[in-house]
Amino acid sequence: MGRFLVRRLLLTVPVLLGVATLVFALIHLVPGDPAQVMLGDAAAPADVADLRRRLGLDRTLAVQYVSFLTGLARGDLGVSLRTNQPVLTSIAERLPATFELALAALVVATVVALPLGTVAAVRRGTAIDRGASLLALLGISLPNFWLGPTLVLVFSVGLAWFPVSGRGTWAHLVLPAITLGAPLAAVLARITRTSVIEELREVYVLAARARGLSAGRAVIRHACRNSLIPIVTVLGLQMGSVLTGAVITETIFAWPGVGRLLIQSISFRDYPLVQGCILFIAVTYVSVNLAVDLLYGVLDPRIRYE
Amino acid sequence: MTASWVLRIGSAVVAGAALLAAVGPWVIPLDPAAQNLALRLAPPSWAHPFGLDELGRDIFSRMASGARVSFVVGLTVVSISATVGTLLGALGGYAGGLLDDAISRAIDMLMAFPGLLLAIALVAVLGPGLFNVLLALTLIGWVGYARLVRGVVLRARAFEYVQASRALGAGTWHLLRRHLIPTAMPAVVVQAALGMAGAIIGEASLSFLGLGVQPPTPSWGTMLNGGRAHLLDAPHLTLFPGLAIVALVLGFNFVGDGLRDRLDRDSRR
Repeated sequence: MGRFLVRRLLLTVPVLLGVATLVFALIHLVPGDPAQVMLGDAAAPADVADLRRRLGLDRTLAVQYVSFLTGLARGDLGVSLRTNQPVLTSIAERLPATFELALAALVVATVVALPLGTVAAVRRGTAIDRGASLLALLGISLPNFWLGPTLVLVFSVGLAWFPVSGRGTWAHLVLPAITLGAPLAAVLARITRTSVIEELREVYVLAARARGLSAGRAVIRHACRNSLIPIVTVLGLQMGSVLTGAVITETIFAWPGVGRLLIQSISFRDYPLVQGCILFIAVTYVSVNLAVDLLYGVLDPRIRYE
Repeated sequence: MTASWVLRIGSAVVAGAALLAAVGPWVIPLDPAAQNLALRLAPPSWAHPFGLDELGRDIFSRMASGARVSFVVGLTVVSISATVGTLLGALGGYAGGLLDDAISRAIDMLMAFPGLLLAIALVAVLGPGLFNVLLALTLIGWVGYARLVRGVVLRARAFEYVQASRALGAGTWHLLRRHLIPTAMPAVVVQAALGMAGAIIGEASLSFLGLGVQPPTPSWGTMLNGGRAHLLDAPHLTLFPGLAIVALVLGFNFVGDGLRDRLDRDSRR
């Protein structure tokens, strides 16, 4: 396990370096002088020059790059132009809200998808299966920027069950979690169905039935557990959609997370904060995929030796 | 529902939307830019089946114009991404060595960014607008095709007919053009159908966030963004463009799924 862990961690280093390089390049893609763009056309030349110096844009590209990387290594992502607060502090303040929302979305997705996918697999070819598959395809096609407002319209405005926006009580969490979790539930239900069908074909399930286990117990005790690997893989890959979806969901529900911070910083042209948010989301994504890879080793010990 | 029915329903929805995009702006008598402030936020009626927006513009005619934006984005992004991704993936998979390493590292680096995040980042620094949306979605779009085709070519280059062609003196381009890329084409076509849905959602997401197509040009995402402020007093502003996006995306997903099922069935025969 130790060698597997070290090898997998080492493979992450070039990916993280690539992510950092792309994020560094972002500010240099701004058409014209980034300092002038950030301050606007009416800014005094002295202010523009001062900002250029503060951002280090007056130095050579190589020096800027090395300085950016050493800053990252120290956890220094620069300072927000609007609030003068360190970027890392701004992100850290918003972090609990984003994690809370992502976790709730994962719970919603898992609670809906695993039973739905398993029932569809066990009742393969029946009306239940076809209905579940159609529901999953519909879930994948529902964009969260439409699902969110529609849920608000029905459950907040119409039925007055949940608040329209904001964060505070568990009731605030319900609609954003469903909005973010629905597409994930759809993808997970499809992969759960496929995975359980594959496992149900295996000889060990037949052997379990031959030993007298009921169909339900054979599925729950044997097939479900072994179909977890592809499900966990997809869960890891889908974290990207969850993190991007969080940007839109947080904007719809005025949820004070990192995604909303990103959109706000884009509208204020606060590029250090934009860079920080992008970097944070990408690093989180890479880390989750690393964790998923490591989890394989726990779920299936054979994977460690491959 | 069988695979052929999924494919038929999907194709019908896509064809209907394509027809609306192609001839809608000429057939629908109302100008999508014409304002009638006295009737702003008016609900659906016989004269205006989907109602009027916050500036008193007809939502149905704006949706017909918005369908054009969706198709332009989808077709442009998918055709460029599929061409570039297929060529790079095939070259990397066949040539191996340094070229494959370079392409694979570029794929790894871009795959490290979740979904639309890189597109949001690029449009944030380049500025909003249709061209930058196309650029951003294409830059993230080619990666999926390249990874897919590389995988197929890696397997296909060991096939006997490819080896035989090489033994007869066929060059790299001939092998790629006649044997390897055609082997990957069915998978690319499925990916392209699903990619159309992805590109349409991508454009609508960016426009919804205010980073995509800019007003007054009608786009379904921009219309949804405009409707947010009137969610409580005029929900039809959000409802109809949203339904249009769901229908078209579902249509392309149906086509992609139906094609995949059909190809799977053919390959098992």
